[in-house]
Amino acid sequence: MTKFAGLSRQYWPTLVLFAFLLASWQAAVSFGGIREYLLPAPLSVWNALWHGDTSWGQHIWTTTLEIVGAFFMAAIVGVALGVAIAWSPLLANALVPFLVFVNTLPKVAIAPLFLIWMGYGIFPNMLMGALIGFFPVVINTAVGLSQVEADMLDLGRVFSAPKWKIFLKIRLPNALPYILSALKITATAAVVGAIVGEFVASQRGLGYVIVATQSSMNTSVAFAALIWISAVGLALYGLVVVVARLWAPWAEGID
Amino acid sequence: MANELIELDKLGMIYEAASGPVEALADISLSVGAGEFVSLVGPSGCGKSTLLRIVAGLRPATTGTVSVAGRRVTKPINDIGMVFQAPILLKWRTILENVLLPAELAGKDARALRGRALELLEMAELHGFADKLPRELSGGMQQRASLCRALLLDPPLLLMDEPFGALDAMTRDDMALELLRIWGERDLAREARKTVLFVTHSISEAVFLSDRVVVMSPRPGRIAADLKIDLPRPRTVELRASEAFGRLNLEIFRILTGRSSAGMLG
Repeated sequence: MTKFAGLSRQYWPTLVLFAFLLASWQAAVSFGGIREYLLPAPLSVWNALWHGDTSWGQHIWTTTLEIVGAFFMAAIVGVALGVAIAWSPLLANALVPFLVFVNTLPKVAIAPLFLIWMGYGIFPNMLMGALIGFFPVVINTAVGLSQVEADMLDLGRVFSAPKWKIFLKIRLPNALPYILSALKITATAAVVGAIVGEFVASQRGLGYVIVATQSSMNTSVAFAALIWISAVGLALYGLVVVVARLWAPWAEGID
Repeated sequence: MANELIELDKLGMIYEAASGPVEALADISLSVGAGEFVSLVGPSGCGKSTLLRIVAGLRPATTGTVSVAGRRVTKPINDIGMVFQAPILLKWRTILENVLLPAELAGKDARALRGRALELLEMAELHGFADKLPRELSGGMQQRASLCRALLLDPPLLLMDEPFGALDAMTRDDMALELLRIWGERDLAREARKTVLFVTHSISEAVFLSDRVVVMSPRPGRIAADLKIDLPRPRTVELRASEAFGRLNLEIFRILTGRSSAGMLG
């Protein structure tokens, strides 16, 4: 209860501002004569969010699947590449320039290629999200694995600890906060990737809904889709933050 | 003289820097007896920390030889305890798990050493903190925990690299007394004590702790003086106010600053 009171004291300016903006928006549309297809009123967006002809459940499910899939792909591949880079200078020399090149490519421009290669479906959109989100994980993993005090490594040498043991007991836990903090960025990037993928080629999903409303001028549905996207994105981000707190409570300033 | 544990013979160290080769250590010959507490004092950059790492086998010397317990040192040696300036505890492990780390790294059964680890923590007055994370402890307590970690496998030789350098002056003096107590100044015979090689840039800390103080010159580090500290043990707080303590401090100060009139004082 006190925690709730504290939170509400912290966030009441945000809530007041939000309410004010909503009210002005509704007033501008109701009394300012703005056309519904240009800017739908908050109330019609609200209606589109819950009712209307759109089968939201199906679209939310598809997009969520893509985002979560993209997130895990980026996490697994990113950590694996980061480990490879930190483990061997040879692999680092081979991989880093290539990864930097991939990262500088505008990923959106690759999306049409994915359509040619893989056709329609959930998987190419997952891949797009993973492609946008994996790079920070690689970098943070590699950095976290190498940011170990020289004295600590000397201690390992004094006790003749094998390389894998130093890796498992010292380097990997040391990298965990770095990895978790990169995964927060990945959580957001996965959303962008999934939606971009759906824009280019999809028959389902929240990105598809937005593209479809363009032709029908059903702008309130596009707004509703936007709200659903940010809800899914926020939920994933919040989940990563919570997992980070539980998994690496020792890490300070992790946010 | 007791049997020698550490023998350094005409040790020299040159390393390559961007500006060319730098001579860090030159012509260091030194022996340390088993159970002896020897401090290395010298200005910053005189190579005293490097010397400690050469003894541990962590860095190679360029010339000369090192032997510990009669064996030539060519790679890191196992039966030593090291304490550094920072406690370098693993922040995700509890204090007890940190103290047990050497057992895990060395491939020994950590569970079998749990009892010993708890004993060490008790001796260092940290028994209530075994299950705490390092960040819940003060700097001095963390450093005591790192001393426990160094002692876990009961090494005959302790190498300490400015272990109290990051602590405030009062904690520092307390830690010196604490170290002597744990070293067994009161309850162990000299042969039963660990040999300690202690690097510091505090003259009074070196005098207070040691049986011998080795004074090093600026780069390249050479041995400028090797003084026997004939102060009675166990050392007490009152000793710091004694004339003999002050005279030794002054003598070392003069050697370090080059205003040597050691002969007059000797």
